[in-house]
Amino acid sequence: MALLKVDNLHKHFGGLHAVNGVSFEVQKGTIKAVIGPNGAGKTTLFNLICGALPADSGTVAFAGRPILGMKPYQIAAAGISRTFQNIKMFPGMTALENVMVGLHTKSQAGFWAGMLHLPASRREEKKIRTRAYELLELLEITQFADIEARSLAFGQQRAVEFARALASDPPLLLLDEPAAGLNIYETAEVARLICKIQQQGITVLLVEHDMSLVMDISDEIVVLSFGQHIAEGTPREIQHNQEVIQIYLGE
Amino acid sequence: MTTKKLSALALLVAFMVGVQLTTHVTGTSYYLTQLTMTIYSCLLIIGLCLVMGYAGQISLGHAGFFAIGGYISAALTTFNFRPALEGGSSWVELLNTTGLFTSRTSMFGEPLLSVQPWIACLLAVSLTALIALLIGIPVLKLKGHYLAMATLGFGIIIFRIVLAMEIFGEADGISDVPGFTLLPGLTVNGNLDNRVVNYYIAAAFLISGFALLLNLIDSRVGRALRAIHGAEDAADAMGIDTARYKLYTFVLSAVFAAVAGVLLTHYSGGISPSDAGVMKSVRYVAIVAIGGMASLWGALTMGGLLNFLSLRGLFGSYDDAVFGAILIIIMLFAPEGVLRLKLWCKLKGHKEEG
Amino acid sequence: MTLELFSQYIFAGITYGIIYAIVAIGFNIIYNTTGIINFAQGEFVMLGGMTAISFNHYLPLPLAIICAVLVTMLIGALIEIAFIRWLESPSVLRMIIITIGLSIIIREMALHVWGDSVRALPYFSGNVVSSITIMGASISPQVLWVLAVCSLMVILLSLFFKFTSLGKEMQACAANRLAATLCGINAKNMVTFSFMLSAALGAVAGCVVSPITSSQYDMGTGLAIKGFTVAVLGGLGNSMAAVAAGLLLGIIEAFSIAVGFPLAFQDAIAISLLLLILFVRPHGLFGNKEAARLKEF
Repeated sequence: MALLKVDNLHKHFGGLHAVNGVSFEVQKGTIKAVIGPNGAGKTTLFNLICGALPADSGTVAFAGRPILGMKPYQIAAAGISRTFQNIKMFPGMTALENVMVGLHTKSQAGFWAGMLHLPASRREEKKIRTRAYELLELLEITQFADIEARSLAFGQQRAVEFARALASDPPLLLLDEPAAGLNIYETAEVARLICKIQQQGITVLLVEHDMSLVMDISDEIVVLSFGQHIAEGTPREIQHNQEVIQIYLGE
Repeated sequence: MTTKKLSALALLVAFMVGVQLTTHVTGTSYYLTQLTMTIYSCLLIIGLCLVMGYAGQISLGHAGFFAIGGYISAALTTFNFRPALEGGSSWVELLNTTGLFTSRTSMFGEPLLSVQPWIACLLAVSLTALIALLIGIPVLKLKGHYLAMATLGFGIIIFRIVLAMEIFGEADGISDVPGFTLLPGLTVNGNLDNRVVNYYIAAAFLISGFALLLNLIDSRVGRALRAIHGAEDAADAMGIDTARYKLYTFVLSAVFAAVAGVLLTHYSGGISPSDAGVMKSVRYVAIVAIGGMASLWGALTMGGLLNFLSLRGLFGSYDDAVFGAILIIIMLFAPEGVLRLKLWCKLKGHKEEG
Repeated sequence: MTLELFSQYIFAGITYGIIYAIVAIGFNIIYNTTGIINFAQGEFVMLGGMTAISFNHYLPLPLAIICAVLVTMLIGALIEIAFIRWLESPSVLRMIIITIGLSIIIREMALHVWGDSVRALPYFSGNVVSSITIMGASISPQVLWVLAVCSLMVILLSLFFKFTSLGKEMQACAANRLAATLCGINAKNMVTFSFMLSAALGAVAGCVVSPITSSQYDMGTGLAIKGFTVAVLGGLGNSMAAVAAGLLLGIIEAFSIAVGFPLAFQDAIAISLLLLILFVRPHGLFGNKEAARLKEF
């Protein structure tokens, strides 16, 4: 069954039809990539799915439930985690604390519990910390736990961001250009981490510019151009698709 | 609560006691009046610090919340219901039998019947919370300049209302506000022989409020707030209902302001329109900024220091100008606050690790 | 309501409204070049009026006004050079607090220089009692001065932005500061100039209304709030819309008195309107929603 189902999605910006009737599905447990040249509408599509932009028409269903029109935090709570192209670490917080914020939906303590420091919230806090540490372990970055996240190298920050996004145990992880700003070694490392995430049983949908990363790790690829769905298939099929080659190499 | 936090609070308690003992030994007990007033201002300031420093929202209308609390409590406890009772108003009679009213005599021996201070206080604080909630829902959707202007506008409206309405005493404000008996033997009022007790009442309120906020910022909610402040869209993506968190923080800090307003009004026996003025709000913002925005300890320290100096009249007729100048200088040269100098940060960093 | 009374209120509304519009344009000029809302904008109006009154003790009225405008411009420039120019991409919060601090300092200095008494410039022509009858309404000639001078300023300003190279350079900075810099425009000087221009506008407005409304050291805050209301009403950054919005607010205020709304709450009208517009249409009555989304509020 498809975990995510995007159907006939449209988005206009004034006269620009940024996303033009895009439909595709993401199967549970797979890595799917959305690629396309600059201005193809990848990022817009991404923002529509995670609720950062309102869509004009179409539907997006997550595990059979329509999510279009929900606010970003509701979509996150529903089980779709995301990362940002320009890695948004919370300033003034250590790597561990960043991941602890990611556990927000997995905990309850509110204003009263926080102010009164009730035993229940103390226990919960301990659990949050332990779980956050486990996530750092999963992504092999425990050595950075107590370092301010913003002072880490880009590749390391990306790993912290993955841990943060995984904290809510999301069935689906959306990655917005995970290789942006990384060098080839860091990109290879990120590719390895994404595969590791998939092995945890998490479905991954990524939007990416970097073809090498996408071809290596994806199970399936969707190609967009000028907001339209051009092709869809395995990396092999996409590599041999004449239309795709034309888009990328020009006429 | 961690031992580190407990020992810091213990230090604060020791300091408060030390100050009182010092005034006692040196025969300067008259300082206690201004110290008590300072403490109540600090109660408001730490609440504002939560909004500005942790939730990242500017509020130029906090004197408004202070005034709503103070004025409502003052109006209810001074408005004389006796004529209405004698006039045969059945609902006043009904309220009178429920014990919500209290009788006393004015300075001129006239019998008065007004609302019991506890009831007035609860009404004042809940009404402030309600207003903060209602105003907060639309206001907190705004950002930057718009948020600043909207909160400033709210403050001015409150100022205009208290200035224009007879029940709030217009330009004179409300005076002869009775004492507020918290518990038998513990009365918030300005009697000279009650000065030491009142100092400790105020200190108890401040320290408990401060402890609550210290706990809060170290909790899941505090983390969420810092996340919102740092990168709102990322916080959103973590499943944090950013609007709700900002709103609750705003209401919480309005409650702090209202409690400060109620207590200070009963302590000083009155409240005047200048307490609702824009300059007051700006001053609170200034103090939070000087303390380093996201630093409850900084806000407390600076609030204590500057309010006291100002109340002692150190800045003379340049009082407002001093605060204006401080604002500019801090924002130009030390936007992180004066307590965030490099050396200090290092010391603090070591302490936090230990 | 008789026609006479009606036009009386209309004229009163327009007089105040155009002043609000001038303050709003002052906000817009600085906002366009810097992205800053200058909370000290109202103080420029106060400074213009007060310095003109002081100069008028020694100089004839026209000369006193010119000197006052120049002095205010100078102060505007000094403020920018001393407090704004050298900050590297400051946060909005920081700029709000700095300009609020400036407004307090200017106000307090004014209090120490001029005291808290209410002063006024003499009427430009005629005196308090002289009046002209237009459409049945008897109005002071000073009202015509206000309308004429302010309209002239608005027209000159739009010509300035349209036809002079300096005006175009300022607009280029507003549209894209980096690109303007790359084209050889000194963006920093443009910012200084925008402060001078909006100080001058404020000062002129402060002089022409002084005979009608009087000047006092603390008149700035109220004007700033109303000017900001008008600026937002018209859509922040849009000066021509600000004129329409200013007249609208002025007329609403005038008629609120006509229908017996308590004078003490008059300020509350503007502020309520501001809050309402911020909640409902933060991009302004005439603004474009999509375009406003791109701006950093």
